[in-house]
Parts: sequence; C-alpha cells; structure tokens
Amino acid sequence: MYVRTALWAAGLGLAAAIAAGTAGAETPKRGGTLTYMIPADSAPSFDGHRETTYATVHTAAPYYSVLIRVPPDNPASTTEFVCDLCTEVPKPTDNGKTYTFKLRTDVKFHDGSKLTAQDVLASWNKIAFPKPGTTSARVSYYAMVEKIEAPDDATIVFRLKYPSTAFMPAVADPFTWIYKKELLEKDPHWYEKNIMGSGPFKLVSFDIGQSIKGERNPDYYHKGQPYLDGIVGIFASKQAVRVDAIRADRATVEFRGMPPSGRDQLVKELGKELTVQESDWNCGNIITPNHKKKPFDDVRVRRALALAVDQWTGAPALSKVAIVRTVGGIVFPGSPLAANKEELQQMAGYWPDIEKARAEAKRLLKEAGAENLKFVLTNRNVDQPYKFVGTWLIGEWKKIGLNVEQKVVPTGPWFQAMRTGDFDVVVDANCQSVVNPVLDTGKYLPQEVYPESYGGYVDPKSVELYNKMLYETDPAAQRVAMRAYEKHTLDTMAHAIVAPYWFRIVPYRSYMKGWKISPSHYLNQDLANIWLDK
Amino acid sequence: MTVIAPTGAAGAGSIDGEPELQRSLRRSVLHFIRRQPLGTIGLAIVIVMFGAGLFAPWIAPYDPEENDFNAMMQAPSWVHLLGTDQLGRDIFSRLVFGARTALIVGFSAAFMGGGLGLVLGVSSAYFGGWFDLVFQRVLDVLMAFPLIILALAVVSVLGAGVQNVILAITIPLIPRCGRVVRASALAVREVPYVDAARALGFGHARIVLRHMVPNVVAPFLILLSAFVGQAILAEASLSYLGLGVQEPVPAWGLMLQGGAEEYATTAPWIAVFPGLAIMLAVLGISLFGDALRDAIDPKLRDR
Repeated sequence: MYVRTALWAAGLGLAAAIAAGTAGAETPKRGGTLTYMIPADSAPSFDGHRETTYATVHTAAPYYSVLIRVPPDNPASTTEFVCDLCTEVPKPTDNGKTYTFKLRTDVKFHDGSKLTAQDVLASWNKIAFPKPGTTSARVSYYAMVEKIEAPDDATIVFRLKYPSTAFMPAVADPFTWIYKKELLEKDPHWYEKNIMGSGPFKLVSFDIGQSIKGERNPDYYHKGQPYLDGIVGIFASKQAVRVDAIRADRATVEFRGMPPSGRDQLVKELGKELTVQESDWNCGNIITPNHKKKPFDDVRVRRALALAVDQWTGAPALSKVAIVRTVGGIVFPGSPLAANKEELQQMAGYWPDIEKARAEAKRLLKEAGAENLKFVLTNRNVDQPYKFVGTWLIGEWKKIGLNVEQKVVPTGPWFQAMRTGDFDVVVDANCQSVVNPVLDTGKYLPQEVYPESYGGYVDPKSVELYNKMLYETDPAAQRVAMRAYEKHTLDTMAHAIVAPYWFRIVPYRSYMKGWKISPSHYLNQDLANIWLDK
Repeated sequence: MTVIAPTGAAGAGSIDGEPELQRSLRRSVLHFIRRQPLGTIGLAIVIVMFGAGLFAPWIAPYDPEENDFNAMMQAPSWVHLLGTDQLGRDIFSRLVFGARTALIVGFSAAFMGGGLGLVLGVSSAYFGGWFDLVFQRVLDVLMAFPLIILALAVVSVLGAGVQNVILAITIPLIPRCGRVVRASALAVREVPYVDAARALGFGHARIVLRHMVPNVVAPFLILLSAFVGQAILAEASLSYLGLGVQEPVPAWGLMLQGGAEEYATTAPWIAVFPGLAIMLAVLGISLFGDALRDAIDPKLRDR
C-alpha cells in the first residue's frame, strides 16, 4: 500500500517537474532577429489607411500602434478585443452611442515625441472622415460614426449616429495605425512613402522589392516586449522561393499562408523542425454573374449556376490542393451570425442531394431558354486559390451542359473588368480582417450602396434586409435578420455563389514562438510577442 | 462513269504488278530511311503526334477536362497510364488532347508567319529600292527582340487565348522567314526567266507568286519545319507563364505550369510527362527538319 502510494507520489512529482520544465521552456527569451518572407513584390505604399493589402500590413505593421486589437495570444476570437494604446476597452454609454477610450500616457513615437490623444484624433479623422485628396480604404466601416473628439490629451471619444454591434470590430481593424498629427498636417501623404510610428519596432532600412529591416524599440510601452532585437521582411512573390528560404533556414516564416503542397513539402523535409498552424480564413471567392448581361439578368439562370455546384464534395477535395476548405454562406463560418449546415442546405448551391440540384438546374435553364449556354468566366491570374476555384467551377457547370471558357487576366485588368462590368461571370474575392459579419456582408449589397459590389444589380429589398440586420442590436434577432438577408442574396435572387472559404496554413520553423494564427492574414502582425527559442 | 481499279490491281505502267508511282514512292521512302535514320525517327514522332491530335477522342480513355476528386494525384498505373493531376484528371488523356493544341498553334503560327514572311521577303527582293530598304529596317527592329519576348509583349497587349497566342507567335516568325527568303529571292530575281516574264508584261503579283516564290520553296520548307518546333515551344512557354491557353483546356505548357512548381517532389509525374511531350515534339520536328534540309539541298543530297 505504502509502495503504491509512494509510486503515485513519485509519478505526480515527475509529471509536475515535466510540466514545470515545459512551462519554463515557454518563457519568452530575448534577442535574435526574425527573418520572414513577404509574398509580394513590394508594398504599394506604407499608408495603412489607404491600402487594403497584406503586402502593406506585413511590411509596416510592426512599426505602428493601434487603439484596440484582437488579443495577440488569442487572435482567433471573433468577439474579444484588447487595448493597445488604450488603458481599458470601454463599455458604450448614451444608449450604445458613445465610446470613451482612455489612453496610455507612456507612449512615444520613434522620433522621441510623446503620443497624445491629438495624434489619435488626427489619425482617426483621416480614417473615418478623409479630406479631399486623401484616400481611406475602409471609410464605409465607420458610417455609424458621427464625430470623434479628444477632450484632453489622454481621452478619445467616438460618438455614433446609431448603436452598432459593428463598431468595436471596426475600431480593431489592423490598418488603423496611429500617425503623428504634426506630420499629417504638414503633408497628408507623408505616410505613403515614410514610416514613423510608435510600434514595437523602429525602421532601419527599406530596399524596394528587396527587404525591410527594423530594430527593437527600447521605449515600447508594453513592458518586456518586443522580444526580438530585430526583424527582416524579405519580398518574394514566387512560392518556390519562399518554401526554399524556409527549408534552408534563410527565413523562419511566411505569415500569409501556403497551399497544402508547400506545407507537405516542408513537413516532409523538416519534420520536427517545423510547426504548422492552420485556421479558417475570413476570405473567400465570390462568383458573380453580371446581371446587366443576358441571360444572367434572369434569376433562373443564376440559380442554375448555383445549383450545379457540389460544394459539399468539392470543398474537402479542393482542400487537398488549394487554400480552401470550409463551406459557408455570406458570413464567416463559425462566427455567431453564420449559418449552420442545416440552414445552408436550404439554399441554392448547398442542396445535400446534388443530383436533384442538377436536375433542377437543367430544368431552370430549359425554362429560361439557356440550355447549352456558353459564357466566359473571368478570373484573376493568381493560382491560389483563384485558378483552382475557377477550373473546379467550370467542371461543375459542364455537368449541366454549360460550356465555359476561362479568361485569366492580371490583377489590374481583373479589377478593371469588374469595375466596368466587362464580364459574363467573374471570380471575385471578399477578404476581411476582424470577423465583423455585419460589415463583411456589405459586399453583397447593390453597387449603388456598396461600390465594390460588381454584380450590377439594383435590389431595394436587399438594402432593406441589410439595414434591418445592421440596426439590430439584439444578437438573436440580428441572427434571424442575417438569415433573411443571406437567403435573399444567395437563394431567392442568386446574386452570387460563395465558393468554399479559404483555409490559412502557416508553416514555420519550430524555434519561432509566441505567434498565434488568426482567421485573417492582416491580424496580429506587429510581431511584438514573437520570440526565438534558439 | 468512273471506274476505280480494285486495291492491289496492276495499274498502268506496272511491270510486276506494282504501279510505277507507288514503287517510286516506296524507293524514295526507303532511301530516306536508309540515309536519314534520325530524320526517320523525327518523322515517326511527328506522325505519332499528328495521330494523337487527330484521333484524340478515340485514343484518350478519359475526358481530359473532367475533374475526378476520387483520383487526385494518383501515380501511373493501369487505370491511369501516366497518373492523374491535382484535380484528378487523367494525364495521358490531357497529353493526347494537348497534342491538338500544340499542333493547331504550332502549325497555324508557322504557316501564317512563314507564309507572310515568304511573300514579303520575295516582294522585298523583287521590288528593291526604298521598299526593300524600309522593309528590311522594319525586320531589323522586329528581329532585335527574341521570339519569346516579342510574343510575350503581343500577348500582354491582346490577352491570353488560343487565337491571340497564334497571332503572338506569328508576328515574330514573319521577319525571321522574310530575311532568309529575301536572300534566296535576290538570286532568283536576276535569272533570265524573271526578266522574260517582265518583258512579256506580266504583273508584279504574277511574277512574284508564280515565278519567284516557287523557286525559293526549298529554303522555305526547311524554315517552316523549324518554325513549327519553335512555335510549339513558344506556345508551351507562354502557357507555362500563364499567358497562353487557359484551364481547363489541355495544353502541355499549361500542364507543366500546374505541376512543376508545387508537385515536383510529391507527384513528379504531373510535370514530367508534359515536359517529355514538349521535348519529344520539338526534338522530332527538329530532326525531321534537318533531314528534310539534307534531302532537299542538292549540295548535301549526295553526301
């Protein structure tokens, strides 16, 4: 009996020692330089307020601060936000119409000057109310904001026109970098070509198309961070180059995401030296028929296009070769406002019985006089996942007798085709950062309301359903309203087909610690919490 | 009423039951095989390629564009002779149908580029003077660009697709043919029968097309065979760069592009077989072209 007890005690002691040892190993270490790959030729500009691409975020985010953000140690959360420059995440007052942020007073810009509420105010006014001649890419996110005030140097107040559940996620947008007021006043375009923030790293050098280098900011306000002495971002648009760089340990990581083949290749060759984090991605391809062109002005034809696609078989198969995986509706799968499988299966494009769906598709085409329809699918000249998705869809449509030619064009002409309506059906994309379904689903509104909606339809009912959902503050009622808007968009009017959501795969050298994957390649990229276990 | 002799029946001029023409052809073929073994191999490859292209629907065991998610990236086996690609499509079937694309683009571009180059080259030599001077400078400009660079420029302006690819490859081939043909035509221009035709009052078009062009056909045919190979290679290169024909159309360069980078280690057959097909096609056409030159050129014929 005593022996057994002693053995248990010894076992427990050993387990505790192992646990303690493991915990000790996870204590961040200071020092080292992180080299990471940026899958782009360069950033179009350094101004996060103006740009919408990861190339800008991965290049410049480590040099800036934001007001609030997703938790760096739990960036997958779709509802939780933490302070960066503020001291406490505010609760709304004035019936949900006022948010008061108290700011830290120990924050310095990289030039040594103090960051105050005046800088935050100037930056947020540039984001929410851009002056003529300046561009704010996400100005529509802040349509609910009436005005922003800075009553003192440590307080910033947002006053809203109406209460909105979309406000806080919009404030946590990772592009909302805080700039220095003085520099903005001298030249509102200064930040397009220069970097000067208050983030965890200070800029050392930038070589166009080559690399960007930063060093640790010793005055960083999150004490102890950053853990790294320096960072080097290397631009490389070719996947093979990036995979080779990680394989040869010339780089540690690429944060955007790799296709399964890149992951498999690295896992096979590096084994335990490689760690992989994966996540559903708040990005997806939207297949948009041009409602201004016949026969796509006919809802029967659009429904037939949706009904022909076997999402439930296609998604898991494509996930083996492309960066897509999860079947979803207009809302990011897994978020509280998203449709569940049963709800999806009620809509065109998600029927569980694909043979029945395709029979219905053929019937609709016949009824619309569009049997053996021929058309061109305009697609972007990007392999992952655009061309995979396009080729898959053509195969699906062929099964109902459609003859589709794929026209692949570079990014510029692709945007041009969508903006001018010069397409039959286009593979569009909807990539968002913080999961904020209320705003993310604006993409499905008519173009007169949402300029980046390219279907060319006029649909007052859609706007009415969206607004009902937008102004609803009760989560349960908002979910019901979202279902009505989604069913109208994807089923009743079949304005678009939502292809399987992207799937983010980030393989990296196992000695890199402290970084957590998020549902967006825009999030959690200031690199302050990364450390090297070398 | 037309009477057709039964197959194998003795025709006019036969001595031992075999028509004279048939016997002569057989002798020529045997002579070619004996004297040009490499050219014969090239010819065989070209014939196989033609056969594959012409009879693709009967040869290919699967629809080349049909995705089969139950057979993704399968290694070569009896079910899929050359394996399957990342979307489960049968690689053998895509190669067979891809021969069509290669032949259509290769021959169309070669014949159009060669044909235009032939007429313009002969005309340049015939007219001489300012026309020749200006035309040759234009050719100089066009020839300053490597074939693939000029084709890339044309495709980037016109966009991808089979027709545009044919046009993009045709344009750089025109000066290459025109320059060589002009050199031969300059010699022909001075021969008496051209002067005689001119003296008889024949029009320029008749002199160029009926009296000069047939006399530069030998170098033209040799060029043409080389152009077909170059055009096939250019089409594959453009498709590999994503500027040629587009998925799901089966094309060798496109197949290579889809597989070479991502699956080189995990499923090498996706890239290896289209690569082999391109290599064999270009090799075959080059070998045949060389042999043709040797057979046609009187200086080389009796070596």
